[in-house]
Amino acid sequence: MLTEDAKTKIDALLAKYPTKKAALIPSLWLMQAENDGWLPRQAMKDVAEYLELAPAYVEGVATFYTMFNKAPIGKYHLEVCHNIVCMARGADELIEHIGDKLGIGKGDTTTDRKFTLNGAECLGACANAPCMMVGDVYFEDLTNESVDRIIDELARK
Amino acid sequence: MPTEQPKKYIEGQPQFLFQHRDVEGYANIDTYMKYGGYDALKKAVTMDQDAIINEVKLSGLRGRGGAGFPTFIKWNGIPKNWDQPHYLVINADEGEPGTAKDRELMNKTPHLLVEGCIITCFAIRAKSCYIYVRGEYMEPAKQTQRAIDQAYAQGFLGKNILGAGFDCDIYVHMGAGSYECGEETALMSSLMGERGMPRHKPPAAPLPVISGVWQSPTVVNNVETIATVVPILNVGGAEYAKYGTGAPDASPFTCSKGTKLVTLSGHVKRPGNYEIVMGTPTRDIIFGLGGGMLRDDKKFKFMIPGGSSVKLLVEEHLDAPYSYEGLTKAGSLLGSGGLMVFDETTSVPALMARLSHFYAHESCGKCTPCREGTNWLVKIHDRLLAGGGRPEDVDILLDICNNIEGRSFCPLGDAAAWPIQGAMKYFRHEYEELARQGMAANRRTFAPLQMAAV
Repeated sequence: MLTEDAKTKIDALLAKYPTKKAALIPSLWLMQAENDGWLPRQAMKDVAEYLELAPAYVEGVATFYTMFNKAPIGKYHLEVCHNIVCMARGADELIEHIGDKLGIGKGDTTTDRKFTLNGAECLGACANAPCMMVGDVYFEDLTNESVDRIIDELARK
Repeated sequence: MPTEQPKKYIEGQPQFLFQHRDVEGYANIDTYMKYGGYDALKKAVTMDQDAIINEVKLSGLRGRGGAGFPTFIKWNGIPKNWDQPHYLVINADEGEPGTAKDRELMNKTPHLLVEGCIITCFAIRAKSCYIYVRGEYMEPAKQTQRAIDQAYAQGFLGKNILGAGFDCDIYVHMGAGSYECGEETALMSSLMGERGMPRHKPPAAPLPVISGVWQSPTVVNNVETIATVVPILNVGGAEYAKYGTGAPDASPFTCSKGTKLVTLSGHVKRPGNYEIVMGTPTRDIIFGLGGGMLRDDKKFKFMIPGGSSVKLLVEEHLDAPYSYEGLTKAGSLLGSGGLMVFDETTSVPALMARLSHFYAHESCGKCTPCREGTNWLVKIHDRLLAGGGRPEDVDILLDICNNIEGRSFCPLGDAAAWPIQGAMKYFRHEYEELARQGMAANRRTFAPLQMAAV
């Protein structure tokens, strides 16, 4: 069941668009924020019901977009750009360094569920490569040292 | 002694968009208006709609998102006397590897975009504008939303704007991580709450300007294109067109007017977003603005001039003018303005392998040449790099590229094929060397099955 708060927020979204379906992707964003950064099946079903869409349709849309997580992830999702510009500026080495530091590989989550490490396709900060996104915050011009500091700080939070 | 800060522009070149980007608080409406912000809108509402479109026509403005289509033609395409809803959609789904200009524009000068949107809505008589921002750009989206809120508070948005009897609303819509949604018809699908898949193109289906989002006429423009409308109205289309290439009365398809935002990245000393006048020699951007190669002892090897989807160029092209037609003549494209520079330490096949992974990951899966072709590009590249290459692999790669190019539903297929075709033109020997090593090792290596992750 959607919470009253979620319904109010989705209603506000509905006012922006001429159709209910158009509010789907923003609604899924809301659900993801309310569910520790991922989309449980039930949340998708709830949205489907509220927007009068088939649950299978909603899941079909959700699985198309890479930023919707279909499984639980760590508290901090480290997405390090590994596209060509960041690669040229040392992204592969950086990802390896982070993996070694956290004791995990690409796609893994630490056992304390604090960090998930992933490669990301171009984040659009090419002038400040290599870069990484954690939640909705960008970290740019990264080095092994600066990324160590960022992770240590997040670990303390 | 303080060291002199390197210039962020080329001496004598106007900065239509980035002039005030480093002014403290320029993202705020007060500061923006102190520097002449919203003057263009005030001027626009006193003008006839067709006169605004004519200014844009005179300016020679072409789409800054990649395709370079003359903007005024799109605007003129909205059916006349259309009294049903129609829309302006801004493509802020900046996903082209190597491009970060729109992010800077939205972060530092969001009011340029908002003002441009309002003027465009007025010119094409649209009442609603959607800014489709890629999911990763939370910060630029917040900045843009803040600018929109401030514009509402000042009466530049909402009902009866500036007493001109014109209503306009702007909405920010977040994507959720899909490169494909940068293609205008896929973007429209995504905005409507669907999977981001492209639509049929003419003659099989009408253009977006006839039937776009919600079956209504829709103009889709890039962020930079719309922001540029502001200086065009401020200085006048004819004045804007004095900068750039081509004769004053040249067809917009054959020349490049005004300035372009360029994201310079890769192995250069000062990567960054710069505004250059169209036609500036590429060398001046890389070695002037960019300060030359990152490491002094490493030589320039190649560049990708317009985002990852275009063909790479080598040293002999360094003097090519950075313009639509200049880079086309050199054998590449201006694309989105993402100029990437690579030094001699870069392995071309390794880079192309990474790009193939990207395109395979981002292929929407709608059409077979792209969905299957990109995955084969990945597998063969991975096999070559893993040391299991075969001599015929090089030609197979080319054959796959040739079969994707022009046969896919949308340009993503071409974008996957062109870089490899370009790489083969200048660096085929690197591929052949890899294949030889693979044969010499006398072993069969299978690439790990890394299909596009769901």
